[in-house]
Amino acid sequence: MTEPPPAGADLRVRPVEAADLDQVIAIDADITGKTKPDYWFELFHRYGASRSRQRLFLVAEAGGDIQGFIIGEVRDWEFGSPPCGWVFGISVRPGARLAGIGTRLLEAICAGFRHAGVNEVRTLIARDNSLVLSFFRSQGMMAAPFIPLEKDLR
Amino acid sequence: MKLQISTSLALYSVLEFAASPGHQVSAADIAAKYKVSTHHLAKVLRELVRADIIESTRGVGGGYRFRANARRLTLMDVIDLFEDIGGRTGGSRDRAGSTDVGRALGVVLAEIDDIAKATFRSITIGTMLKLIERQGRAGEKTQIPPKAVRRN
Repeated sequence: MTEPPPAGADLRVRPVEAADLDQVIAIDADITGKTKPDYWFELFHRYGASRSRQRLFLVAEAGGDIQGFIIGEVRDWEFGSPPCGWVFGISVRPGARLAGIGTRLLEAICAGFRHAGVNEVRTLIARDNSLVLSFFRSQGMMAAPFIPLEKDLR
Repeated sequence: MKLQISTSLALYSVLEFAASPGHQVSAADIAAKYKVSTHHLAKVLRELVRADIIESTRGVGGGYRFRANARRLTLMDVIDLFEDIGGRTGGSRDRAGSTDVGRALGVVLAEIDDIAKATFRSITIGTMLKLIERQGRAGEKTQIPPKAVRRN
């Protein structure tokens, strides 16, 4: 098991590398209870390896270990919206939380979105996921002018 | 949506106390600021003391002090002490609720309640204080500077 980053350890946010994937998969499995290697290799192929300005897959590294990651992309004119950044994945190792790692990851991806020319960032979170909802709220995010809808197709 | 008066008063009070951690704030000051009766406010504050969100301080200049963790306490935690958001709009709870129309309306109202509750659960007192600060800064920016005011 990886130890949480020592207090004051240098935290570096950088683009994901292939060698990080095992730790990314382990962090995700620890939080969600499901190991999904195929999904993460596919995401790495689409968001990590291509190094597109529109697609970002970043990791936070401290003490030689990956402590968290964030994934997002710029989407143009979807849902009738002008281009904006979407964050669709963020995770921080449970033992490394409350140390500002999530904030650093979000700041880094927002900087990437600005660099790609957009001025708005959005995300979508399950209504009962109070932990992540609270995090994004604490970062100043407010309700977006959209209402997600769904229908049972069975 | 509209909160009951006691709930709103509780939220105003908690935010006032949390904005001055470690300092005591008098009930009279809050009552004057929000133009409410001290009698009504006292009842609300007693409930907040019971919930361990604030504590009363005695002696000269006695008042109340914030006691909870602003980064953990959510708006829903405070609201729950005073009202049941889900309980007041359930269309199925009145007589018409047993009809098809009443049940369908109940589904829509319950959906609204769920969104409201999720929102209140996701916002901590600490986040609210940051929002208040941001709005204060935005308000300052939109105010017309005295020099720009045209004098006739």
